[in-house]
Amino acid sequence: MATKTRRPTAVEKKLVGIADVVINAAQRRKDPTLAIPVRALSNITFNERRGLLEMGKRKQARSFFNVAMAKKFMQTVLVADALAELQRANLTTSLREIYYRTKHTIKNSHENTLDTQDESDPLIEDLEVTLEALREELHVRAENAGSIVGPLVLVDDGDQVNCARLGKGGYSVPSIVEPEYLQIRRCTADFVLLVEKGTQWNRLSEDKFWRRYNCILLTGNGQPPRGVRRLARRLHEEHGLPVYVLVDNDPWGYYIYSVIKQGSINLAFESQRMAIPKAKFVGLSSSDPEAYGLPRNVGIKLNDKDIARARELLGYTWFAKKPWQEEIKRMLASGLKYELDALANKDFQYLTKRYLPRKLKEKDWLD
Amino acid sequence: MASKTAPVTAKTKSAAPAKRATPATRTAAPPKPPVAKPAPTVTAVEMGARQRDISVSEFFTKNRHLLGFDNPRKALLTCVKEAVDNALDACEEAGILPDVVVRVEVSAQGEAAPPASQASRFRITVTDNGPGIVRQQIPPIFAKLLYGSKFHRLRQSRGQQGIGISAAGMYGQLTTGKPVQIISRTSARAPAHYFEVQIDTKKNEPRILEKKQIAWEAPRGTQVTLEVEGRYQKGRASVDEYVEQTIIANPHVKLTYVTPEGETKEYARTFEQLPASPREIKPHPYGIELGMLLKMLQDTTSHRLAGFLAGDFSRVSSAVAEEIVKAAGVSSRARPRDVHGQAAENLYKAIQTTKIMAPPTNCLSPIGESAILSGLYQQIKGEFYTAVSRPPAVYRGNPFIIEAGLAYGRGPEAAESGATKKTIPLAEGESDDADHELARVIRYANRVPLLYQPSACAITRAVLDTTWRNYGIAQSRGALPGGPMVIFVHMASVWVPFTSESKEAIADYDEIHKEINLALRECGRRLGAFLRRRERAHSEFRRRNIFELYIEEVVNSCNRLKGGRLPTAKLKEQLQKMALKLTGGDRTDQLMGKNGGGPEGLPHSIIVTPDGVEGAVPAGVAEKA
Repeated sequence: MATKTRRPTAVEKKLVGIADVVINAAQRRKDPTLAIPVRALSNITFNERRGLLEMGKRKQARSFFNVAMAKKFMQTVLVADALAELQRANLTTSLREIYYRTKHTIKNSHENTLDTQDESDPLIEDLEVTLEALREELHVRAENAGSIVGPLVLVDDGDQVNCARLGKGGYSVPSIVEPEYLQIRRCTADFVLLVEKGTQWNRLSEDKFWRRYNCILLTGNGQPPRGVRRLARRLHEEHGLPVYVLVDNDPWGYYIYSVIKQGSINLAFESQRMAIPKAKFVGLSSSDPEAYGLPRNVGIKLNDKDIARARELLGYTWFAKKPWQEEIKRMLASGLKYELDALANKDFQYLTKRYLPRKLKEKDWLD
Repeated sequence: MASKTAPVTAKTKSAAPAKRATPATRTAAPPKPPVAKPAPTVTAVEMGARQRDISVSEFFTKNRHLLGFDNPRKALLTCVKEAVDNALDACEEAGILPDVVVRVEVSAQGEAAPPASQASRFRITVTDNGPGIVRQQIPPIFAKLLYGSKFHRLRQSRGQQGIGISAAGMYGQLTTGKPVQIISRTSARAPAHYFEVQIDTKKNEPRILEKKQIAWEAPRGTQVTLEVEGRYQKGRASVDEYVEQTIIANPHVKLTYVTPEGETKEYARTFEQLPASPREIKPHPYGIELGMLLKMLQDTTSHRLAGFLAGDFSRVSSAVAEEIVKAAGVSSRARPRDVHGQAAENLYKAIQTTKIMAPPTNCLSPIGESAILSGLYQQIKGEFYTAVSRPPAVYRGNPFIIEAGLAYGRGPEAAESGATKKTIPLAEGESDDADHELARVIRYANRVPLLYQPSACAITRAVLDTTWRNYGIAQSRGALPGGPMVIFVHMASVWVPFTSESKEAIADYDEIHKEINLALRECGRRLGAFLRRRERAHSEFRRRNIFELYIEEVVNSCNRLKGGRLPTAKLKEQLQKMALKLTGGDRTDQLMGKNGGGPEGLPHSIIVTPDGVEGAVPAGVAEKA
């Protein structure tokens, strides 16, 4: 549908700016260099007032005339070119398709521009932070890896989706949920329950937990994808719903919660659109096995990686609150981790019938 | 006759226990088993009657694996090896540049000859231009075990015990029934003698089947023909490999090899100098054991003990002899034959504690760095060659010299073709996995290649525990170094300590191990220097290459980003100018060695590049190249 009078989008202009860097540098006989914000813990600050992770000012230079960086520079320009092409054609695509689109053999050689997708994925993140453009704005989508069910009516491409009438399968959350693509028509729920694992989400959906407690059930099947996080944020922001997070009791579960709440280290600049600083951690807490009488034999011994990761979490400023330090130290002291699935040891429906009702009644959660 | 009776005895033997077994099972039925009937006793007289002499020949007939005749393939190699070793030893001792013809043919027994790979019988003929053998000596040399000139003297030679060729003949006799045929002529004026001999295994004495004078075209030399059971298979530890490796360590030899497949391989002489003739030495007192000392005391012609010590050992002056005798508390005027028992033991201990000079080392004849270089250069394709001769050292009183060499790379042709091929783009997960080969170690003892039992050998062990990574060569833990490389190690000694009679591996004495390590390290250092130089030049070149390669991509992408309205030629030129400036321009060409510059101050090394050869290339080889 693009016409000749089509105005280039703001993102497209930013992408063309990459070419200008090269052209201007070449004119002034300077090494073409891109300044890319550093995506690492060292360049992250936790804004306690806003409750978000924010990206610092530190940038790394990526120059063309440097043997170690030349290839990466070339690849970055190549990816920018492919992203601009998407903008012009107004298409969305996946990370993998970007990889295939930019892969070819360099003329007069047997070297490929890219060898694996692992090389192109970080370049897209580099461009996101450099150009301060969201991935959605770059028209790159992820898999639809989340599900939602509950008293909620959405409009997707003009189709009304009533999430209360989608059986136990629910609606598959698309990767891009910005208001231009997905509208929330009606929402009568009282809160959002974000579950780490699909199996527990299925349990809750099958038991119609959402109907009894008037809530929205969301899952991201592990580390929730951007669409799920963004949708939870919109429900929280636009409809004032509190968000509760239910994850496994292990360091990775804690980190998933922290990503939902404060944002991720890797893409900290997006936290302002993704993070839900008021999200609460309902479980599984390291105090739950005792409180709910889970036998020790359904725990799993922490391995070296788990312990190392837990120690890292203890050092993050956003886990510095006393209850959190206690929570993590308690897990380390017990030497065990527990999966949500372990609750089935007591009863198949223990989660829906006992665990969550008691948690909600006692308001037993961590902030 | 013998073959007829054998199965009969076997049958009766196997039948006997079976018969005995049946009553045994029957008698087992009663509750209390009867006391086993005592085995028929043998009286001492009967036992004594069974004792008799075992001749060496009989012993080795039964234990032929000890001499390297374990299987047909190895046996074929051992036969060729023994004949060639003898030929070369004879030529060198007589001061003649060896000219040897090795012919291995499939022996057809009446019917049409099978192809070489299927054949099981071979005729081996080795002809040399050596001094020849006097008529009377021919039968015992070829058909009597432990008869030879080399065992009783300490002198560096290929053969040591006098077992080799007669054992090969015995093996042939055993497997094919054919005698050894010898033609020998000592000079153009003397007649050529033809012999057919077999070994009498009971008596270890030669049995002459035929002897006559014949007309022979060669003016001087010896020809041995053996017919043996064997198997011809190419590859590792084959006759072909033996011949090739022999040439590497003996570039002064002209060798013609006619393979069982009928192909004639000519190996020209590339080193015109005969190796210095090794000198015979007397044993060094540190190297003998008590039993040996006792035997020498009995055998000596000296009348006084001091005279015996000074006269029958090397490095024992009369002053040192007095010192030893004093320390042992024995009279220096005692008759050696009267020194035995405790006195001999004291004497032995005194020898060990007295400080005696290391044995003389002029008895050794190393191959020499330039000869090793020319051997490697001629036989192995590579880009870098180097050779190291260590100064002489001593183990257990025996002097020895370690020499090492290295050939690295695939040769300039291979390097170039490697750069041009592989034009197909690589898919995900594919990679250039050509470089997984490990180095090849070729081992020598007194110029003879060792092809079997590499893992038992001190050389292999020393190669393994050299840290090749220090020299820029990949090496996994406990493995040989990686890369296209041939490692050459030679041990020259008056007495090489083999781990077995078949002379396949060198025993791992600390002194030997250390010397090999030192030689390999020196080779490694030189290779490392070569690799670093090449790497330096390549990396500069690659830097520029990378930029030039990527400029095209960057310019095209920028052009597309700009909607195709970019003056691409201009941008490209600007970037290319910068690339050239940054990567040093002409300096890189210089580093690439385009201006020659010699082999980087590396001694005894050859560097081969597509542009030519640098270094000490031996004259004979250079002409051919």
